[in-house]
This record gives sequence, C-alpha cells and structure tokens, in this order.
Amino acid sequence: MKSLELHLTVNGEEKCWAIAPGDLLLDVLRREGYYGVKRGCETGECGACTVLLNGKAVNSCMMFAGHAEGAQVMTIEGLGNGTKLHPLQEAFLDHGAVQCGFCTPGMILGAKALLDRHPDAGENLVRETMAGHLCRCTGYRKAVEAVLAVSTPPRKVRKQTAGGKR
Amino acid sequence: MSERQVVGESVRRVDGIKLVTGAPAFTDDIHIPGMLYGKILASPHAHARIVRIDVSKARALPGVHAVLTHRDVPRVPHTTAGQAWPEPSPYDTYLLDNKVRFVGDRVAAVAGESRAIAERALRLIEVEYDVLPAVLEIEEAMAPGAPVIHDEPDSTKIYDRNRNIAGHLLREIGNVDEGFREAGLIVEREFRTHRQQHAMLEPHVTICWLDTDNRLVIRSSTQVPYHCRRQVAMILQMPVGRVHVIKPRIGGGFGGKQEMLLEDICGALALAARRPVKIEYTREEEFYMARSRHPQILRLKMGVKRDGTVIASHMRVLATTGAYGSHSTTVQGNTGSKVLPLYRADHLRFECDVVYTNTPVAGAFRGYGCPQGFFAQETLVDEIAEQLGIDPVQFHHANMIRLGDIDRLSAQLGEGKEGLPRVIRSCGLPECVDKAAAAADWSKKRKAKPAKGRLRRGIGMACTMQGSGIAGLDWASAFLKMNEDGSFYLQVGASDVGAGADTVLSQIAAETLGVTLDKIVITSGDTDTTPFDVGAYASSTTIISGGAVKKAAEKVRVQVLEVASKLLGQPPENLDCGGNQVFTKCECRQTIGMADIALHALYKEKFQIMDGASHFNTDSPPPFCATFAEVEVDVETGQVKVLHLATAVDPGTAINPKLAEGQVEGAVTQGMGFALTEELMLDNAGRPLNANFLDYKIFSAKDMPKLTTILVQTDEPLGPYGAKSISEVPINGPAPAIANAIYDAVGLRIRKLPIRPEDVLRALREKEMEVAQ
Repeated sequence: MKSLELHLTVNGEEKCWAIAPGDLLLDVLRREGYYGVKRGCETGECGACTVLLNGKAVNSCMMFAGHAEGAQVMTIEGLGNGTKLHPLQEAFLDHGAVQCGFCTPGMILGAKALLDRHPDAGENLVRETMAGHLCRCTGYRKAVEAVLAVSTPPRKVRKQTAGGKR
Repeated sequence: MSERQVVGESVRRVDGIKLVTGAPAFTDDIHIPGMLYGKILASPHAHARIVRIDVSKARALPGVHAVLTHRDVPRVPHTTAGQAWPEPSPYDTYLLDNKVRFVGDRVAAVAGESRAIAERALRLIEVEYDVLPAVLEIEEAMAPGAPVIHDEPDSTKIYDRNRNIAGHLLREIGNVDEGFREAGLIVEREFRTHRQQHAMLEPHVTICWLDTDNRLVIRSSTQVPYHCRRQVAMILQMPVGRVHVIKPRIGGGFGGKQEMLLEDICGALALAARRPVKIEYTREEEFYMARSRHPQILRLKMGVKRDGTVIASHMRVLATTGAYGSHSTTVQGNTGSKVLPLYRADHLRFECDVVYTNTPVAGAFRGYGCPQGFFAQETLVDEIAEQLGIDPVQFHHANMIRLGDIDRLSAQLGEGKEGLPRVIRSCGLPECVDKAAAAADWSKKRKAKPAKGRLRRGIGMACTMQGSGIAGLDWASAFLKMNEDGSFYLQVGASDVGAGADTVLSQIAAETLGVTLDKIVITSGDTDTTPFDVGAYASSTTIISGGAVKKAAEKVRVQVLEVASKLLGQPPENLDCGGNQVFTKCECRQTIGMADIALHALYKEKFQIMDGASHFNTDSPPPFCATFAEVEVDVETGQVKVLHLATAVDPGTAINPKLAEGQVEGAVTQGMGFALTEELMLDNAGRPLNANFLDYKIFSAKDMPKLTTILVQTDEPLGPYGAKSISEVPINGPAPAIANAIYDAVGLRIRKLPIRPEDVLRALREKEMEVAQ
C-alpha cells in the first residue's frame, strides 16, 4: 500500500522514500535503518523516539511521516559517530549518565535542542526539558549533570555525591 | 600486589559509545528478510474456559502465515520464572491453554506479514468463553468456595491447588513465643503493599528464526539466556542443543526479564511459519501481560526489652502471585530471610502463604520481596523506638547485625530448599548510618519543632540489606584467550541489562592480567559462544560472574608468565604483569610487552594462551544500606514531596564507583515510585485501568528530590577484589524512610503503599476528628 513519496533531509542527506499515508515517522526512520530512534511507548509519553525536526525536538511516534515532507530531520546517528562524538555524547559518557542506553539517544537530542536555543540553560530548565524523557535506570542526576557540564558557562548540579575510598 | 590500576576506577563504560551514538545494539535493531510480525490474543476475561475457538477466518487472511491455539502446541507444564533447574516455582503454566486465568492471559497467537495484518487476524479469531467466577482480592483466594484457579490436573509443585495456595513457608529460629514472654514491649501491625510494574523503557521483544542448520535462534531481551534456552527447549520439545539464545543489548530489566515470557510462543510461531517472527509488547501490553512486584499483606509483631534490645520478631505474609506462580515462594521467602535478620534477635519466625488470584502475574522485581518486608519492619521499628523514647539512629546502632554475626534464618530459607547460614564477613552498616545521618542533617532536623503551617517538614530513616547471589546455587563461568596484539577476548555468559556488567567484568579481567581496559574485548550472553551463567539476577553478577572472570584471568596470567619466562630467561615467580607488559620483580627490571608474548606463544610455541573457570559461593554476603528521607507534607492536599534522599551503601569494593552510584540513584528513584506514585490499578473485573505512562506515574527529572549518594566501601573476602553487590539494596529504604518522615512531619503512621495524597488527607482529617473529640 505504498503510495506516497516522502522527500526529506535526514542527518544532512537528501532522501526520497516510498511510504504509506498512515506510516509514523518513527516506523519509517527505523525501517530505513535509523535504529537509534527507539520505540518506548508509541503514545508520546516516554521520549525515547525523539528526533530533531527543523531543530525542534519531537516525538517521532506522534507524527505521520508525511508531515515531515521537506523537513530537516536529525537522528542520534547524525550527531556523532564512533570516532568523533558531540560534546553532549562525551559528557553523557564521562558523567556516567548512560545505563541501559535505551532512553539515551532521545535524551541527548532533547538536550541538544535545548542548548541550541538556551546555551546557558540552568538546572531548572534542564530538568523541565528532560521531564519529556523518561528513564528507568538512572534517577536522572548524572544526565542533568552531563547537560549542565556542556552548557555555557559549565555548571555543577546542586546534588552531591561522595564516593568513599577505603 | 601493587596498587590497583583498573579496579576501583570510574572508567567510562565499555559499551558506552555504541549507546550514545544509537548504534543498532538492541534486540529489535535488525531487519531480517521475510520477518513476520507476531501478536498474542489476550483474554478479555479474568477467569474463563475456552469452549470453542475458530481460527479459520484468521488463517484465510492473506499475509497470515501461522495461527496457533492450545490445540496446535505441545502441552508442557512449566514455569516462566528464569531460575536454576529445577525451578522452585510451580509448573502451572502452558504455552497455550484451554483456560484463561487473568485479563491479558494468552488465548491464541498469530504471525502475519505486517503488524496491521497480525492485528487484523487477531480480530478474526472467534472465541466462545464460559466465563467463570473470578477472585481478585488476596484475602478471598483461600476462602471456602472460592473459584479454583488451577484445577488442571497436570500442574505440579502447587502447595494446595484447592485453596489457591501456590506456596507456603514456615520457618523459625529460637522460639518466638518464649521470646515475646521476655519482652517488655510488643507491637504488632498490619501493612499492605501493591502491584508495582518494572516499566523498563525497552518493552519485552523477541525475534526467532531457523538458521541454515535448522536450529531455532532466539534473539531476545532476556536477563537469563541459559534458563531461557533450557525452558524453550523443554516446552517446544526440542533438544537444548538445537536452540541458540542471543542476548543483545538490553534496555532495562529490573527482574522483569528474568522470565521466559515471549520466547516460547515466538519460537512456536517461527517453527509453524518457517519464517522469522518478531513479537514485541506494546507499552500497554507490557503493563499487564508482563510481570509485577508481588502485592503483600504483612503482619509483623516485634518484641523488645525496655532498654530497646530486640528479642523476637514474627512476620506473617499473605501475598498474591497473580494467575501463575512465577517466583512465588522465593520472592516471599526473601521477605523473611533478608529482612528479619537485620536485627540480632534470638527468636525469629516467618510464615507466608502465596495465593493465586485472577490478576496479572507477579515475578522477580529488583529487591525481590525485600521492599515489602523492609517497609513493614522499618516503620514498625520507628514506632517502637518512639514508644521507648529512643532515637531511631541509636536504636539501629544497638540492634543491627554486625561483623562476625551468623544469620541462621538464611539457613532455613534458601531458594526453594534449605539454604546456608550467612556469616557477616564485611559490614559497613554503622558507618552507612552515621554518614547518611550527617548528610541529611538528622540530629538538627529531627529536633526541629513541627511546623504549624500548611507545609510541614519531617525526616525519617531506614536500614536495609540484601544478598549477593544465591548461596550455593548461583554460579557462572568465564573464558579468556589472548590475541596477537596483546589484547584478550573475554567470553562470559553474564547478561548486562544496563547496570554495567560488561564494564565491571572487563575491569576485573584487566586488573588481574595487568593490562589496560582497552585490551579486553568482551562478548556476553550468547548460549553458543559464551560459557554458562545463571544470568543477571539476585545481585549476583559482580560477585559470582566477577569471581569466575577473576579465576579465569588468574589461570591465563599463569600461562602468560610461563611464556614470558622463556623470553626473559627468568623463572615465572620472579615475574609480574602490569601496564600491558610483563616485568621482572628484581632490580634488573627487564620487561616484555604483551603483544610480543602473544606473538611468541602463537607462532613460535604454537600455543593459544587461553583458559576458563567456573565459580560459585556457599554464602551470599549482604550489601548494607542506610536511607534518610526529608519530606514536606501539604496538610491541605495530602501531597507528600520528598526534599532530600540521602543513601549510604556498603557494596564491598566498588569496582567502578560511578557505575555503583548510578545503581543507587536508579534504585532509590524506583523506590520512591514504589512509595508514592506507582501502582497498576485493576477494575472489579480485573481489567487494568492505567496501563500507560500518563496514568502510571514514574518519576521524571523534574520530580526528583535532592539525592545524596555515599559509598561506604568495605573488603568482602568472598568477592572479587572485595566486591559484594549494589543494584538491589538501595530500593528497599525509600518507602519506610519516607513513611517515617511523614510521621515526623504530621504524626501519621502510614502502613499502606503507595502513599497517595487522598489517603494522607483522609488520615489527617480522621486524626483531626479524633483530636476534636
């Protein structure tokens, strides 16, 4: 039932895909191999499927692929690769913000959209933004810490940790 | 041994880059040509017999390649609990059955060329049900005349099927009746806990296909690849060697994936269709067709001397396992064995009944029975301390288990059989209490006069413990081989579910071999290419799988030194490893690089440096935890807000402190959800009411209080480099600490979870009425 042509730019590359009218952007991106876009709920609640649509963070499970006609889409695959990482990716690793990693691509893209608009975002704004990304592993502290470390000027989270040495 | 180089360092996780770049690492991140989409028809009834089922229209739908009902599959009683063979859980479950026992139970399964076709096929299946009376409430399950949920004759290991009792336990050390006679104060209370869901971000997903040798390949989000392989082989009546389970990257488990949940039905569909099949739960299905924490009603009675010495504890638990007995007696056994011995009483008695109800199935969930038990015990202790006029911190210090103690209750409550006594060989609990108390500013805040305004603050505490692997039962193996460049290939059956096992195990191997972390290449959790491991549960991976890695690395190290000894002309005992080379320990300081040793071994000696090892412990050293919570109660709305949660944990040695902190922060967040917001609700027909993330509330980044995490490191003799465990124990403390803080704030004793604003408000109103009278 593939009956539409979708033209869009994904991670800087122009694409022309055959899609069905009811296809979700999430499904089309995954079908085309952008597996970093995760399916966590399909109801716009968890944020794991976040991509940047013309620079804005959106839940790709909540929009038809056809609505992305002519758009610039960025997935996590477009942010960095195995040899050169984005500062947010580096910070997530350095701060121990990644556990299972399923929510991580969406969270990093959400943080990028925030910092692109508000490079000086403080903790409250970061937490407000991150509230759209559910994580069941971390308790969010280290992810917030990572985002604040990349904001300008870099900030420290108000929470504290004491790793006792024997 | 020189200073440690890799163990104890907060290195980046070895699997980190693929996760932050979104590399296709998870189960569903592949496309197999010809792959079908599998769906399960879920029962709309809590209890019914399938009188007639007609799948002819579904089979006739173009694009449908398999439709299975109970008539099409082998009938093999089994448990879905991913436990060591022979599993202690009842064999009361069938691939498909002619009876359904909860809303969400399997009725039939289909495989179609798309999700839409599969969903359409489900709607074309005609089912005639004989709807039976259902029992939803724990207290009603054992009553005379209650509907019998497992009336099928071929189920086994059910304690008393006619009374819906899946399992029963009664254990005692000392004599509690005598103990209570000596007590100056006896307090007995009832507590209730609820149905909490795992809510891992990656729902259960399985892809099955037949490989070119006609073997069944199962790529699955599982914590237990080996148990899964054994169980699927039994259910589908295939030799174990014809099944290959691959555990890719897992998107969170928390015990929910210690369960053979989709693998059997997905495998059956793949065999029937002779095509690859994927089944992935939707978020809604994940909420009620997967597993939950066991709801419990606990009665706890404690007797103390007037000086505050605990003499006797008697805990009675009535729990429900839902429609099937997954982990039924073992979870509830833990409620006694890991909780009561926190206090050094001579007399402990634990009894429980685990009943079937026509509700979604409970199973393993981080904490494994302890969050329920500690909620009861630590809130009761707070009340006792108050009645005696003793500060809870002092009460804990005076009564808690300590170094050198022997916990004899554990000897009576093993995994489905007699266990082994637990000897405390490392214990940082007193320091945990003091450090967390200081971080929470306990002495100042506890003394603060209760406020009179709308927002009232209070502070509370709790102490908890857990285990590190199941004593005498959990075991693991590891294999190492050396490559030409001086790197080592590490193969482990252990399953990293996100907690960082691949990193921690690589650190242990690197430390033992004297190489940098980048020289360890790890493969984990593949039943064809990695050696056996029971899997990721019971806080066992670091201590048990880590123990196997250390042993294997020590054996390989001997081989490395033997080859180096020939090259350096020095006896092996004069040599040591470190910094990616072998060096002489004497003044002369000769060195040779690992790569040169590997090349020499492989091409001159014609010898592969490689070895493996197996490991188990006969004891389960407990990690300890102290949790302090400060809350603010809104007396107008009943809303409880946690302001600060300070957690101090003794994990033994933290192999990777940053990963260990992450385990604490994640566990306390789930613990706060258990305490305050998370409950799967059912209507009076057993149908889920809130199977989505909007109505089932897990904490988000902006809901979080201030978190303080303190690691109190000790040296556990039974653990690799002194490590115990950390992932489970911190989940136990938040509920009682928060409940005790609420008492401190507004004088209400909360004994039912979750602590909902409406319950708090109602209780506050009732209290006002009492005061008014």
